[in-house]
Amino acid sequence: MTNPPYDVIIGLEVHVQLRTNTKLFCRCSTEFGNPPNTQTCPVCLGLPGALPVMNRKAYELSVKTALALNCNIPNFTKWDRKQYYYPDLPKGYQISQFDLPMSENGYLAISSPDGEFEDKNVGIIRAHLEEDAGKSMHDEAQGLADTRIDLNRTGTPLLEIVSEPDMRSAEEARAYLQELRLLLTYLDVSDCNMQEGSLRVDANVNLHVHTETDEKIATPIVEVKNMNSFRAVERALHYEVKRQYEIWQETGNRIGDVPKQTRGWDDNAQLTRAQREKEESSDYRYFPDPDLVPVTITNEQVEAFQQQIPELPAALREKLVDEFSLTPYTADVIVNQGPEVVAYFQSLAEHTGDAKQSGNWVQGEVLRVLKEEDWELSEFPISAEGLADLLKAIQQGELNNSRGKEVFSEMLSAGTSAADAMAALGIEKVDDSALEDLCREIVMANPKVISDVQSGNEKAVGALIGQAKQKNPNVNPGQVRQICLDIINAL
Amino acid sequence: MSLSKEDVQRVSLLARLKLSDDELTTMTEQLGQIVSYIDKLSELDTEGVKPMAHALDLTNALVDDEPHESLPREKALQNAPRSDDECFRVPAVLGE
Amino acid sequence: MIDLSATSLLAKLQSGEVSSEEVTAAFLDRINAVESRVGAFLKVNSESAMQAAQAVDKKRRSGAPLGKLAGIPIAVKDILCTEGEATTCGSRMLEHYVPPYNATVVEHLLASDAIVIGRTNMDEFAMGSSTENSAYKPTSNPWDLERIPGGSSGGAAACLAAAMAPLSIGTDTGGSIRQPAALCGVVGLKPTYGRVSRFGLVAFASSLDQVGPMATTVEDTALLLETIAGHDRRDSTSAKIDVPQYTASVNSPLENLTIGVVPSHYQDGLDTEIESAVKEAIRVYESLGARIKEIEMPHAQYGIATYYFIAPFEASGNLARYDGAHYGYRTDQQTMLDELSEEANQTDGAGESPLVRMYRKSRSEGFGSEVQRRVMLGTYALSEGYYDAYYLKALKVRRLIRADYDSAFDQVDCILGPVTASPAFRRGEKTNDPLAMYLEDLYTVNANLAGVAGISLPCGLTSENLPIGLHLQAAPFQEEKLLKVANMYQSATDWHTRRPEIQ
Repeated sequence: MTNPPYDVIIGLEVHVQLRTNTKLFCRCSTEFGNPPNTQTCPVCLGLPGALPVMNRKAYELSVKTALALNCNIPNFTKWDRKQYYYPDLPKGYQISQFDLPMSENGYLAISSPDGEFEDKNVGIIRAHLEEDAGKSMHDEAQGLADTRIDLNRTGTPLLEIVSEPDMRSAEEARAYLQELRLLLTYLDVSDCNMQEGSLRVDANVNLHVHTETDEKIATPIVEVKNMNSFRAVERALHYEVKRQYEIWQETGNRIGDVPKQTRGWDDNAQLTRAQREKEESSDYRYFPDPDLVPVTITNEQVEAFQQQIPELPAALREKLVDEFSLTPYTADVIVNQGPEVVAYFQSLAEHTGDAKQSGNWVQGEVLRVLKEEDWELSEFPISAEGLADLLKAIQQGELNNSRGKEVFSEMLSAGTSAADAMAALGIEKVDDSALEDLCREIVMANPKVISDVQSGNEKAVGALIGQAKQKNPNVNPGQVRQICLDIINAL
Repeated sequence: MSLSKEDVQRVSLLARLKLSDDELTTMTEQLGQIVSYIDKLSELDTEGVKPMAHALDLTNALVDDEPHESLPREKALQNAPRSDDECFRVPAVLGE
Repeated sequence: MIDLSATSLLAKLQSGEVSSEEVTAAFLDRINAVESRVGAFLKVNSESAMQAAQAVDKKRRSGAPLGKLAGIPIAVKDILCTEGEATTCGSRMLEHYVPPYNATVVEHLLASDAIVIGRTNMDEFAMGSSTENSAYKPTSNPWDLERIPGGSSGGAAACLAAAMAPLSIGTDTGGSIRQPAALCGVVGLKPTYGRVSRFGLVAFASSLDQVGPMATTVEDTALLLETIAGHDRRDSTSAKIDVPQYTASVNSPLENLTIGVVPSHYQDGLDTEIESAVKEAIRVYESLGARIKEIEMPHAQYGIATYYFIAPFEASGNLARYDGAHYGYRTDQQTMLDELSEEANQTDGAGESPLVRMYRKSRSEGFGSEVQRRVMLGTYALSEGYYDAYYLKALKVRRLIRADYDSAFDQVDCILGPVTASPAFRRGEKTNDPLAMYLEDLYTVNANLAGVAGISLPCGLTSENLPIGLHLQAAPFQEEKLLKVANMYQSATDWHTRRPEIQ
């Protein structure tokens, strides 16, 4: 396939709901899923006379996140009113940050283990704090042309993370979102649940079309909304790129020729649709909120937050490759499962002393079971120490890998230790003299093998291993092979 | 700085006000007078002066993340011009 | 009894000479007698005030500890949220609005065992200088019922002048306590920004609004300020600075007092009778041993222009919430929908959405013309392209005005001058000239812009028997000094004891 005659330019705006107990400017609970309008107070209802007071935890979580995104944290930040009318915004303005956000100029590294794209840093223009709006529900069922408003979510803290238009494909955009979600999981600053709206993505997309004279012409930027999963983002972007190229071929419109358009992704129809334009061009009339005071932070305080940041995915991947000798692929798989799985792996590797074997078992068996059962690691019944006992038995030749998997299943279903599971399966270590007797008996019954070995064909001894296993399934094939060879050589 | 009727019309939509034609005329005239008076600020040189948004230089009014009790729903909805048992009700957000 | 100060009444209550029930009944009787002519109140709490008075008397008899204002009636401006009581801000928009919570100042008053006797009239959302912008009724100046009482705390000042309450709570964004106090011949103090909590004060211009005490004497003013001041964690702009015992020091004169006078105050437009009254006050201070020093406030002349940018900027945002969606007035929905469908038939196309039309009609029907004018002004001046030229410019001039004050207060304890350029004008005189009305705040707005403290106290009467106010201003959080200096004047004069005869 030849390259398409354009570059894809994608920038993402991600709204992350921060994991606080209370809202950004009042102390109403942020718990999800309660009956409508049961989590409001004069402040978040925007009642006359009520005043906002800033949540310290929300600011701290946002600083941590911004630092993890390699952002600069200015010593001074303030709150601005973004003014527009909408019934899910009871004050008639959203408290957000305009010209002095709490962080700016960061980046997030993305990579593709299967080589879909080259490693790159996606720039972060800024990350700023703002309050969420409520929920509007269109009630056509009751035959009334009314919209119903639930203000429970109004005022929930959001961190808006705005990327540079650095992504060149839907795959890169998806990788950016996955890496961002992973980072937020490691930081424990958000539950990142897209279904509950705690992570929301809008995309700005356009094309740079190559001309015959080797110019690049930018097409109008389109903002795509309503993408409710990462898969939806990827599909919407693929769709949008194709659509924009067709429009370009049809109209030749360049950036600036038409106003910026907003389109919504329809997941059922698998296409984007133009959204209704507002009554007037957006003019938010930002100005500093006089009800709130600025927040200042010293370099020492920023440094202290930096210290609180746990090991992050990128560093952990490197660590698992460099210090644990995992393949980049295995390291990636493990790290992408989140900090609990990484900790499990590290503990397992420590107990077994064999990182490679531990990595293979985590990647293979442990993750398979988690996926099949739809478990969190915390629900997984075998501790790292428990699994280490099994892996050590394998190392010592008490059983081979495939018997090991049987034992693993037994440990899972019966909830027992490695030793008990092995016993239950009748796997026990064969006594040395018994094994010697068994081997001697088989050797003597197979003169052809003796003569083959004696004439230099050691491989012939392989036939004896099968016979030994028939007589006692617990024998270690390697051991049997060695003892038989020793007996023959001593004849 | 002169204000046209069209400017005032545009601002009235931004401010979500609906002015009759007469009101629009009066408003244009009055705003024009006021703006030309207050525009006397432009005669002052303010180069290098730091804007003063607050009367008091306070910072970091932050509080702990501890929940308080929310209003009972009937109180939250008690002043609503239109509501049902659960929600505020407003005319359709989208037009026909 | 109704001519007594709150401080004297408290002494009589404490000695058992009178009961709160008697005091409250006396003021309610006075309200019955003169309120129909003055119109200071939007609501009089006849029953609940008497019940509260009886409860305080009972509490006093039981020996339980009592608050600072136990048993004293007080009037509250109808802009402070009171749980379960309609809080209208003088607007149709909030005619039936009942807050589910109390303003911090209201909580302080309740905790002090004061008796809230009624809610006073005001210019709609505190926008105005004459109380003519109330959606409900005008208030008359008790000294001349044809004249305005000033505003926006016009009801708050008039009820004191007419002896319908001994204490009153006002709010001041550009002069709304001091100007009506001056025009009604009572005392009104605008505290330093951050001194009194704004929580539950319905916002007009957040960075300028302050709640303050109004009374007939400086001593009572000190008492009321002491009751309502203090840090409030629900107001991020409230200062964490201890509140002095103003009543303990208000009667001690300030030693080595230096008073600043600003020559430009006495230029164009100042009424000559006011000028001589203020100059007479300067001589009183001289006779009390004060040093008088001339100071310059070079940016004071830009105060009104700066204010009429900043206040509308903030107001246009603060008043966006009144859109008929969650509370307050909403236009009749059926009429509106009919109107829209008729328009659609005529224009054969999609017009405004029902929601946008609901917003626009509700706001235009619910707000009076002055509020709409200021919302338009603020919206216009903040709209695309004007941010630097208007908003930032105004904030920079604000800084220059503050700098004038800072350098003045390096040299003097207080700045003395007139409160208003002229005495109370006749009702209707300025209603069609918004700019002339705005210039009423000429001498008062700068204190709000700079965030300093200011007090107005009576210093004379014109030949037409109209009160004249004296304006004293002090550095931020120097209310103690301001009250002492004001009380020095009051101890040496008797203007504050003059009462109008209500025709």
